Amino acid sequence: MRFALEKRDGKSRKMTILVPIFSLIISFLLGAIVLAISNANPIQTYGAMIKGAFGSPTKIQYTIAKSIPLLLCGLAVGIAFRLKFWNIGAEGQYVSGVIGITWVMQFWTFLPQWAYLPVGIVMGILFGAFWGGIPGVLKAQWGVDETLATLMMNYIAIGFAEYLYFNAWKAPRGNMGTVRYPEFAWLPKIWGKVHSGVYFALILVVVLWFVLYKTRWGFELNMIGKNQRAARCQGVSIKKNIILAMLLSGGIAGLAGAIDSAAVTHCLTKGVNSGYGFTGIIIAWMAGLNPFVSIFIAIIMAALETGGDALQITLKLPSAMGEVLQGLILIPLLAGSVFTEYKLIVLTKQKEEVL
Amino acid sequence: MHENITDETPVVRMVAITKHFPGVLANDQVNLTLRKGEVLALLGENGAGKSTLMNMLVGLYRPDSGEIYINGKLADIRSPQDSMALGVGMIHQEFMLVGNMSVAENIILGMKDLPFVPPLSEIKKKITDLSKRYGLQVYPDKIIQDLSVGEQQRVEILKLLYRGAEILILDEPTAVLTPGEARDLNEIIKKMLSEGKSAIFITHKMDEVMEFSHTVQVLRRGKSVNVCPTNSIKRVQDLANMMVGRDILFSLDRGPYNPGKIMLEAKNLVIQSLQGNKNVLDHVSFAIRGGEILGVAGVAGNGQQQLTEALTGLMHVSSGQVLINGEDYTNKTPLQVIRSGVSHIPADRGRMGVVGDMSVGDNLSMKKYRTNELSNHSIIKRSWVRLFADKLIETFVIKTPSQDTSVKFLSGGNIQKTILAREIDSCGGILIAVYPSRGLDVGATEAVRQNIIKQRDKGNAVLLVSEELEELLMVADKIAVMFEGRIMDIVDVKDAKTEELGMLMAGVERRDI
Repeated sequence: MRFALEKRDGKSRKMTILVPIFSLIISFLLGAIVLAISNANPIQTYGAMIKGAFGSPTKIQYTIAKSIPLLLCGLAVGIAFRLKFWNIGAEGQYVSGVIGITWVMQFWTFLPQWAYLPVGIVMGILFGAFWGGIPGVLKAQWGVDETLATLMMNYIAIGFAEYLYFNAWKAPRGNMGTVRYPEFAWLPKIWGKVHSGVYFALILVVVLWFVLYKTRWGFELNMIGKNQRAARCQGVSIKKNIILAMLLSGGIAGLAGAIDSAAVTHCLTKGVNSGYGFTGIIIAWMAGLNPFVSIFIAIIMAALETGGDALQITLKLPSAMGEVLQGLILIPLLAGSVFTEYKLIVLTKQKEEVL
Repeated sequence: MHENITDETPVVRMVAITKHFPGVLANDQVNLTLRKGEVLALLGENGAGKSTLMNMLVGLYRPDSGEIYINGKLADIRSPQDSMALGVGMIHQEFMLVGNMSVAENIILGMKDLPFVPPLSEIKKKITDLSKRYGLQVYPDKIIQDLSVGEQQRVEILKLLYRGAEILILDEPTAVLTPGEARDLNEIIKKMLSEGKSAIFITHKMDEVMEFSHTVQVLRRGKSVNVCPTNSIKRVQDLANMMVGRDILFSLDRGPYNPGKIMLEAKNLVIQSLQGNKNVLDHVSFAIRGGEILGVAGVAGNGQQQLTEALTGLMHVSSGQVLINGEDYTNKTPLQVIRSGVSHIPADRGRMGVVGDMSVGDNLSMKKYRTNELSNHSIIKRSWVRLFADKLIETFVIKTPSQDTSVKFLSGGNIQKTILAREIDSCGGILIAVYPSRGLDVGATEAVRQNIIKQRDKGNAVLLVSEELEELLMVADKIAVMFEGRIMDIVDVKDAKTEELGMLMAGVERRDI
């Protein structure tokens, strides 16, 4: 018996749905091996994780709250990925967003109370867009490799944030962290830990879906991503669109940072580089860059994080186990994507002889 | 040449080969025989099953049924390695070379019996010997990506010779070559035949069949419809008819030559090379009137690509002027040029003409999506796009399962028809077509040419770049010959002589002819 891959005569719709589901299952199986090696009972562990993520209303609230910045980062990264612009700098753009809102909250005291939050969020978006726009301009004007540029700019943003919360913007008391945002400027909660940022995220999903699939601009981004030279021949400006897409991508990552700090942390402090930007890469990829699918993936990713935290308490396992699983999810997905265009055929001995 | 063919056991015998692909019967009970010292021309339209048949001979595909005998022995060919061991090697249309490695490294790449550290100096010596023997000029230390297409093809041939191939399969070997390089290839093949090697070559070009081959076999829709000695063919027309199964119009319908006002004009266009040491476009001037086709003749790589990219805004010119309907369009963006009414059928249809991963419908609407016909402000009217695409698919007879199929799954001819449909539909007066019939079968070529002439008859100005003089003489009203970035001369088709054009293409000045 032998296996062979045969090209399909078209892209398989069924497979584009089945592959992510199966890769999720396979990644959990792979995770089980890792767990077994670390002397943990996989079933028990997964049980504890599910309980940790969805076991009670409070836990569900935590998971949902965590999925909001994750979803936004996934959406942000997904826009750049559509153009095959490998923005792995959502983390830095997120941190820039937090710096933006913190600046308004701490220093724009001339604002009326009601204006703190909207102005702060807009500033977060602008900071994120600025931070994402730089590698966009570098790429468009001089062809600077975006992977390196966006990756390195993460560390600049994180380093700058450290300088701010350890030093320049440090609250008078304590040894790190900025002054807490005034309470009237917090993003209101709507259900326990779940805050109104969820509206932002869901509205953005709909808007982005519309923009990407129904408008001329979305059509142009699709063309550029799939064949840049052909798009140029059709009169689409590559430079302009790369910069625009990166402004939008960075802006949404910045929004994620602004919302999360306005609703959860209420200041700029250690832990601002939460990894949401990096997890966003996995979310965008798993979702096939589709905004609606991103919602589910973001919740799964959030559940892995909250579930992972629970492991530490209940099973004395490192909470990093959740992150291990997050990472494991991408591998079978990348390997499995071959099946959307190829199918596996089994050549039995008998069949081979006929051949 | 014929005396070398022997009547011994055929070197290749394929018996009743059948191969299915999803939805397509690619080969249906095909028989093929190749004798020692023979050149067999395998002729057929795009999608007739020629490449499939050859891919089974080299083990890239496996037949669903049928048998293959090499030198009289039943062969079980599962991979190109197997076929190479039997002395069968294939040169594909797309070369299988690693761009950033040297010629020598590419030649030994994938050879299994080499020691861990290959003795490079010995290998290079063997390569040099082989290249001398067959007159294949190749330098073992050169890097592939610095070589011209013709040179890369020589490397591919050397690769096979190095591995001791006795039977060579060439998939449209001259499609990418300049006429000079094609002549060299002829010589190389003759040399190999004289040593008792045999060859099968896949082609669309009738004159090559007549010139090269001993035997011609015609495939049509997966079936072998004719095998005969080449010298028994009286008229080229007969071959063409066999291929498509109907009479081909060799003269195209065209209205009277009735030129209007000047629509597209180039004045002293100059583009410097990246190094700045020479002009890849050298003071090019011409004017095309409405209702006129200006053909651009010349061996590929003499500035035609730069010329068309300069006209369409894809490339910056160093000096000179582009005038469209009298207005200055020098160094404008591609979008501005498109808006002025210029349509462009680019040279490289896969890389520049279509987005392979998008649907036929999307590809058809890639010019008009920004007009009010297909979108409302910036929102695309999806249902209108569908109607629009279906209409074009019907008008231009594009063969596709549906408009939702990704373009990359179509055949070359249908991809070109998709581009043609889009560009002609959106054409606002000027059409620039670059090698529009390259690599297409007879039927598709005819459709392309007829559509270009239709544009002219409608009063549009057409610039047609082609490598085939025959095509230009058939389609164009005037022919400009390019050589090393210059226009050597512009002649009226009715006064043009093939030999004269050939000399201009080779760089002979007008006064010396």
